Amino acid sequence: MRDPDKAIFTAEKKEPAVRGGLTRRAHARLRVIVCAAVCLLVWLPLLLMLAASFMPEDELLYRYAEPLGTGREPVRAALLASYPSPQPFLELLLRSPGFYIMFWNSCIQVLPALAGQLLVGAPAAWAFARYSFPAKKPLFFLYVLLMVLPFQVTQVSNYLVLDRLHFLDSHLALILPAVWATFPVFIMTRSFETIPDALLEAAYLDGAGELRAFLHVGLPSGYPGIVTALLLGFIDNWNALEQPVAYLKRAVLWPLSLYLPGIAQEKASVAFAAGIVMMMPPVLLYLNSQSELEQGIAASGVKE
Amino acid sequence: MIKMSGRKHTGSELLRGGGLRRQKHGIRRRQARAAWFFLAPSLAGVVVFTAVPFGDVIRRSFLDAMGRTGVGLANYAAVCGNTAFRLAAVNTVRFLAVCLPLLLFVSFALALLVFRRDGRGNLYKTTLVLPMVIPVAAMVLVWKIIFCQDGLLNEFLNWTAGMAGRAGTSGGGEAAGGAVQVTKLWSSDWVNSGAAFPILIVTYIWKNAGYDLMLWLAGLASISESLYDAARVDGAGAWARLRYITLPGLSGTFGLVLILSVVNSFRVYREAYLLAGSYPDMSIYMIPHLFSHWFLTLDVQNMCTGSMLLVAAALAAAGAAGAARLISMHTKRR
Repeated sequence: MRDPDKAIFTAEKKEPAVRGGLTRRAHARLRVIVCAAVCLLVWLPLLLMLAASFMPEDELLYRYAEPLGTGREPVRAALLASYPSPQPFLELLLRSPGFYIMFWNSCIQVLPALAGQLLVGAPAAWAFARYSFPAKKPLFFLYVLLMVLPFQVTQVSNYLVLDRLHFLDSHLALILPAVWATFPVFIMTRSFETIPDALLEAAYLDGAGELRAFLHVGLPSGYPGIVTALLLGFIDNWNALEQPVAYLKRAVLWPLSLYLPGIAQEKASVAFAAGIVMMMPPVLLYLNSQSELEQGIAASGVKE
Repeated sequence: MIKMSGRKHTGSELLRGGGLRRQKHGIRRRQARAAWFFLAPSLAGVVVFTAVPFGDVIRRSFLDAMGRTGVGLANYAAVCGNTAFRLAAVNTVRFLAVCLPLLLFVSFALALLVFRRDGRGNLYKTTLVLPMVIPVAAMVLVWKIIFCQDGLLNEFLNWTAGMAGRAGTSGGGEAAGGAVQVTKLWSSDWVNSGAAFPILIVTYIWKNAGYDLMLWLAGLASISESLYDAARVDGAGAWARLRYITLPGLSGTFGLVLILSVVNSFRVYREAYLLAGSYPDMSIYMIPHLFSHWFLTLDVQNMCTGSMLLVAAALAAAGAAGAARLISMHTKRR
């Protein structure tokens, strides 16, 4: 697994020395080979998983007894199923009510949190990006600090509040703290800062008020940053593990991310298919909003 | 690290007001009022969910377990003397010390490799960012296939060892006996042994290189190509261009990449938890594990004290970064 990483290092180091001796074409070819090798590192695990998700139960148990925890035989990995069948997916989607509940739990916990991040975070980012007001610098520092601090630091504080409000062991325990996450505010602030002043000048000259300027100029122009913040928020919350482990005691409330690791013991045959279904929403969202994500991240990084 | 840009359209404001002085004051007040209007919903939530309870956390870190009498710094002494805390702190620092430079270097090397000004090679970029969006829970089984006791990694190592053994024994004249022995050479259960640490690093880099790659690529794209052309005309080689144009041009990106990598590094707990459970090998027992144990036993006092220590560490790091930046700016000016 680590060898190809080394291959990159050596290729990078050798490049200047090699370049003199190689034609431009050979150099380009070398680059393609290295790129492809690195990309294989990403693709192979995913292909392994995809292949396994189409294996019927007996093939799965034959090949992956040990990882699934059902036996101790050597792994017989394959990038293609010998007897491909849609059986795991049918089993998962038609005969696993538990999976539906957890999928729905994940949606209930993630989507309102994202809506809240947009409603609360976008105006805050607008304030940080376009206005000067007293205490702006320390406040923004506070936001960045909260963004950097790991979950474990704010866990006690959040727990104390959620306990006081009797929100523990409910969906709200995951939704409410996520709504006031400060990372989306940071990303959106950086994106709003890149809007040219002239654009807003024009809006104010046309008689737009502060709110109208935000809604009609800010939101459309800061669109990449908003999409980036929401996408990263979706990925993070869809992945949430620490929060549900800490705040949800009843297993009926668990999201997919907590349910999936245990599914292998329960129903080994659908474990891989469930993984594929779980990664579908974030992967599709990413592929659909790739250019916005690049712009949004670029805005967060380039300005200094 | 963060530079604020105030609202600069005072020109348009001037058109709307009366006397200059009154107007300047009025603009500032109106700006502040609008800003608070936009900020209030977010700030209120942050105060309710984090700031106010954090005050409580500070208070509790100086009180005894019942939360009644003050004990001064006794809690801090207890936590710092705690073996589990020491182990977790050392491991976390070690993880950061190994991972951050490695991640920054790998993602930077990948960025140089993938970067094209004409925007081609998108497939590589898409591929390398993909791991970032894949949920950890979905990948755990694949990591198990690779790293378990009879998994792919051990099979591969045995295969190479077998090949090497065969090459060695065929020369020496010994037959299959040697090869049989080497096939059992690699049978460690990677995740539940001291090797868990490198595995965690591999999964961390696999997952996080893509995000940093995007940041580096944005930084590379922001460096003007004419600089490179000029350097080429002056006869600068690839190495010189990297050293004197690319690296200085990316100094702004570097800070953000570092910060976000630190943020993401604490999320490696997800991999650690899902692969090795809540009582993993000693080498990967980190701060998040410790906190989750404290949380399970509702050891509020220790958690409060530990949180304070982490915040202090974060503030110290921020202060050090700020100081380093001031120094570098100062030397640059001279």
